[in-house]
Amino acid sequence: MSMILPVLLPLVGALLAFIGTRRIGAVGAMAFAVATLGASVLLTVELWHGGPQLHMLGGWPAPLGIALVADGLSAMMLLMTAVVGVFISGYALAYFQGEASQRFFWPLWMFLWSGLNALYLSADVFNLYVVLEISGLAAVALAALGGSRPALVAALRYLIAAMVAALAYLFGVALLYAEYGVLDLEALGALAAPGLATTVAIALMMLGLAVKTALFPLHFWLPPAHAAAPAPVSAALSALVIKASFYLMLRLWFGVFDGVVTFGAGQLLGALGAAAILWGSFQALRQRRLKLLIAHSTVGQIGYLFLIFPLVSVPRVDGVSAPWVVEAWAGGMFQVLSHGFAKAALFLAAGVILRATASDQLTSMRDLAGRLPATTFAFALAGVSLIGLPPSGGFVAKWMLLKAIFASGQWWWAPVVVLGSLLTAGYVFMLLRFAFKPANGPLDLKPVSKVMQVIPLLLALIAVLIGLNVEGPLRLLEIGPLTPFLPQGGGR
Amino acid sequence: MIEQNQIYGIAAVLLFCVGLHGVATRPEMVRKVIALNIMGAGVFLFLISVAWQGARAPADPVPQAMVLTGIVVAVSASAFALGLVRRLAGLAEESAAEHGESPAAPPKEDPK
Repeated sequence: MSMILPVLLPLVGALLAFIGTRRIGAVGAMAFAVATLGASVLLTVELWHGGPQLHMLGGWPAPLGIALVADGLSAMMLLMTAVVGVFISGYALAYFQGEASQRFFWPLWMFLWSGLNALYLSADVFNLYVVLEISGLAAVALAALGGSRPALVAALRYLIAAMVAALAYLFGVALLYAEYGVLDLEALGALAAPGLATTVAIALMMLGLAVKTALFPLHFWLPPAHAAAPAPVSAALSALVIKASFYLMLRLWFGVFDGVVTFGAGQLLGALGAAAILWGSFQALRQRRLKLLIAHSTVGQIGYLFLIFPLVSVPRVDGVSAPWVVEAWAGGMFQVLSHGFAKAALFLAAGVILRATASDQLTSMRDLAGRLPATTFAFALAGVSLIGLPPSGGFVAKWMLLKAIFASGQWWWAPVVVLGSLLTAGYVFMLLRFAFKPANGPLDLKPVSKVMQVIPLLLALIAVLIGLNVEGPLRLLEIGPLTPFLPQGGGR
Repeated sequence: MIEQNQIYGIAAVLLFCVGLHGVATRPEMVRKVIALNIMGAGVFLFLISVAWQGARAPADPVPQAMVLTGIVVAVSASAFALGLVRRLAGLAEESAAEHGESPAAPPKEDPK
């Protein structure tokens, strides 16, 4: 039962928010958001004590029915989504107070959450396609919520990119079914063998998911869509939605096609990630609008995640995976966590500033340190984690990645990691410089609710504090056979 | 000798590529949506050709179920895309009616 709850609860919340009146819908959805957090924690606790969980929908076993599987990786994604999700919901309650778009935000947001949770628990390539589409369509609708022309243009572009991506993924699924006649992840993993059809299928699926994850140079849709959306939506899109397709890439690459993917393919993904780090961070430095800066920063930070692929996709010696695999894996997952919390904090803090100054220009952020100290502090803390200063989660991520880079001898990634951190420091300090600039005249700041000011600060604090407890997430990740933690390496 | 389902499979790949080309090169949004549906038709045709199990054997029902689900998703996504296109066209008409009021002002975050 506890396997279905993280999917079912937000779904019920979405339906309730859809049929309920504005006030009841919002409060009801918030209640279901908290319940979803509870269900995600419950599932994680069960996993922690009882190992990987399996649930067969309707009692039908795998080849015929749809199986739900939860391992440490799924639980970590569920938990991050739930914590960020509850904060976003609380913020949205204040943000959308008395606004017409509140009517549409809650059902779409809860649908999105349900789709994401289903994605983390699905163990079947076709079912994954369906939930990918559910969360994708909900995300696009949320991005269009602003209703302005730029928001609609960005949402349409996002939708078209997402549809092409989903069709590429589905073509890959069709090829796999033609080749192996199964859809279940575990069964596919057991059968998968090198061959032309398999290579094309992997390429199509990874390409589609790379578009959805906004991997350079397929990131073109992200900055306008994430920047034009209302603040809680930007936070959800940047912190959670792109991580879902990345999770699926990890799952396919290491869990299913472990024995098929080559060293060269891993290097290619790593090279795209490296280009993303440099390009995204450099573009962020050039932005003059707050939300566009944060959105470009996402493109750069996503690049770090892709360093997992070249570091873990290395030939095994005597069936034992390389010793640095654990560090690479842990570094990548810490980047998922710390970027999730820090980016949500940044976008929500940007929402406070936009409300207070009614402007998106960096130059209008004057004397914010004095006027909105909590928000400025949230910017600084989240920035610390993005740059990777100790003791933040971002520091652990980059430290582990660097350790793996040197241990593996793939030194060519090291300058990219360091340069990316420097560029990140550049735009974080640029933000703070504007925030600390004295005002040269009376400032006319509109009042912003206390809840909206406190939530970004809490999220930024989490992004820093997860760096202090490295053991917990790592132990969680070790649960389940689908992570490449096992000494016999990868696979099942 | 080329089998019937292989002809369908090749046609499916061609359709997918034609659709992809259309999405990439056509600037008009409605054409992009149509091109996406051509891509989708390619994937669905491919799945149907996969279902073929010989002239006398019944077709494999699993790819057919996948096509049905895929069509539902494609129809709703297309409807949503066309809805967005119409809303954009409506906004363009409104701003044309206001005459001269340029929409170049910095985007407000959440205008009602």
